[in-house]
Amino acid sequence: MQRPTVRLNRWFLPLLAAASFGISSIVVTIPMASAPGDFNFVGAAALGVVIYAILSFLITLIAQGPRVAQDRMMTTLVLVAFGIAVIPLVSLISTVVTLGLARFDGEFFGSSMRNVVGEGGGALHAIIGTLEITALAALISIPVGLLTAIYLVEYGRGRLARSVTALVDVMTGIPSIVAGLFAFSVFALFLGPGIRMGFAGAVALSVLMTPVVVRSSEEMLRIVPMELREASYALGVPKWLTVLKVVLPTAVAGLVTGIMISIARVIGETAPLLIVAGFTQSMNYNPFSERMMTLPVFVYYSYASQGADTQSYIDRAWAGALTLIVIVMVLNLGARIISRIARPHTSR
Amino acid sequence: MATAKSHIPQKRGDVVFSGLVKASGIAILVTLGAVATFLIVESLPALDPAAQIGSAPDGFWSYVAPLVFGTLLAAILALAFATPLAIGIGLFISHYAPRRIASTLGYVIDLLAAIPSVVYGLWGIQVLAPAVQPVYQWLNENLGWLPLFVGPVSGTGRTILTVSFVLAIMILPIMSALAREIFLQTPKLNEEAALALGATRWEMIRLSVLPFARSGLLSSAMLGLGRALGETMAVAMVLSPAAVITFALITPTNPSTIASTIALDFPEAAGLDVNALIAAGLVLFIITMAVNVTARGIITRSARKGAF
Repeated sequence: MQRPTVRLNRWFLPLLAAASFGISSIVVTIPMASAPGDFNFVGAAALGVVIYAILSFLITLIAQGPRVAQDRMMTTLVLVAFGIAVIPLVSLISTVVTLGLARFDGEFFGSSMRNVVGEGGGALHAIIGTLEITALAALISIPVGLLTAIYLVEYGRGRLARSVTALVDVMTGIPSIVAGLFAFSVFALFLGPGIRMGFAGAVALSVLMTPVVVRSSEEMLRIVPMELREASYALGVPKWLTVLKVVLPTAVAGLVTGIMISIARVIGETAPLLIVAGFTQSMNYNPFSERMMTLPVFVYYSYASQGADTQSYIDRAWAGALTLIVIVMVLNLGARIISRIARPHTSR
Repeated sequence: MATAKSHIPQKRGDVVFSGLVKASGIAILVTLGAVATFLIVESLPALDPAAQIGSAPDGFWSYVAPLVFGTLLAAILALAFATPLAIGIGLFISHYAPRRIASTLGYVIDLLAAIPSVVYGLWGIQVLAPAVQPVYQWLNENLGWLPLFVGPVSGTGRTILTVSFVLAIMILPIMSALAREIFLQTPKLNEEAALALGATRWEMIRLSVLPFARSGLLSSAMLGLGRALGETMAVAMVLSPAAVITFALITPTNPSTIASTIALDFPEAAGLDVNALIAAGLVLFIITMAVNVTARGIITRSARKGAF
């Protein structure tokens, strides 16, 4: 016999949710009468979710049957999973912004840490180091990555191409610290142990960056329609000119987007630079000699070796973290804007 | 023939260009080979059983064993926390959220994947560790009979459990982005067929989306595991390490991980200690490579199956 189903009013679930949170906040408030303290928001929210999940399941079970009740339960679970994941990420962003703003000032961007003990000082030396090392890494990775992608898409046939594809995959999985150890081993072998220099950091970063460039460029080159290439061949244009004058210009927006995202990936790398670029408190404009500070290492170092005036070190660490996030976001947003502006030129 | 002559420089251009692109393809092979070779060469002195390593008086393997254990423990715990959440987020974005919100959310998650690990580390030690410490206290008082929650409870919250929370949060964006992609690739006809037969939304997901996504989810979990294994700075900053093998998750003595030990000890290391750290890095390299190759294997196998 068909179970008679009842349609629940559309306001039922929101009202039930409100009621659940109401009950849970009352329950959480009760012990406060005996032991006064701050209102426990986390506890109230968790309890409210549990009450809502049970009540909505039971009421739906009675009114609409087990299948709908199970569906509603899973909807609640999916929402809860999403909520649980969002909380730490929101907390992360809001903490970095609020605490980072304390020292997000002119002095932070205008001075190094040379002779600074306690308050003041800045991260100019680290910002310069990050820009130089990342630029060098990009200088190595972009040509190699782009040419490899062209090889895989336009020329690659047979075993060599297959093994390059496989090894690019393996390279994407290299832990960043291993890349740092590699750069150290190479430079230590030729220049003696204890070697530290900015360029070695750039080499480590390029090991991490190249496979990302290959992957994204490969994807972009593959969506260039075959008809364009065939039209070019039909006009008697040789293959290499077809690639340079037809394929690359068509894909340029996607290529630039991918490259910017790959730069954003490596600009926050800490571990390899900690190993091969070292840390210093002074300006160093020359990446080919001596230790070189970078922004992520600056954040780590400000936290890890706090001086007597602890708070000013922690403030600088948060300001550095905020700077890093801003740089990464600007790169990502820029990449997105470029790909949006240039979209009409592709076939999609 | 006049035309033949004019073709020669073009041919030369073709030869030069194809040689150039082939050379950079080979450069990738050479680089990876160089990474392996240099790591092995620099590791060999530490692998010698007679080597007197300052940081490892009992030989290299007893030095690296607790580190391998800690690395696997932290990464597997992180994966256990992150996988259900990633599936939830992926489903929410692909099948629950309204279309317009969904694309924005997907973009925000991509952005979160780009946040540098050092920032997660700073947040983990300054915000998360103090916040979870009372919870550990409670766990120990109420569930202390479980070997996982034996005391003494860490006073700072800088334990391996906190580390795996941070790692889970770090691999969540990439894993949920992959899960979303996989869920969106479910054939629309399968979903509509399920709905047409009167399935509820969850039944539709269970019958058509999840079976289709199983191998993709497995490989995304493996990729997340690979990330968590190699993660350095967040662990180095949050954990208070010791050379122990233990499943106690909330005490002040925690097994350390390979990557964080390298980051913490390398700047001050000298002599054979450097070689020991590089050898530990080689072990990490082999573990992550094995995980990644397995993940790729799953992807290729399911792709071949999908072709039918």
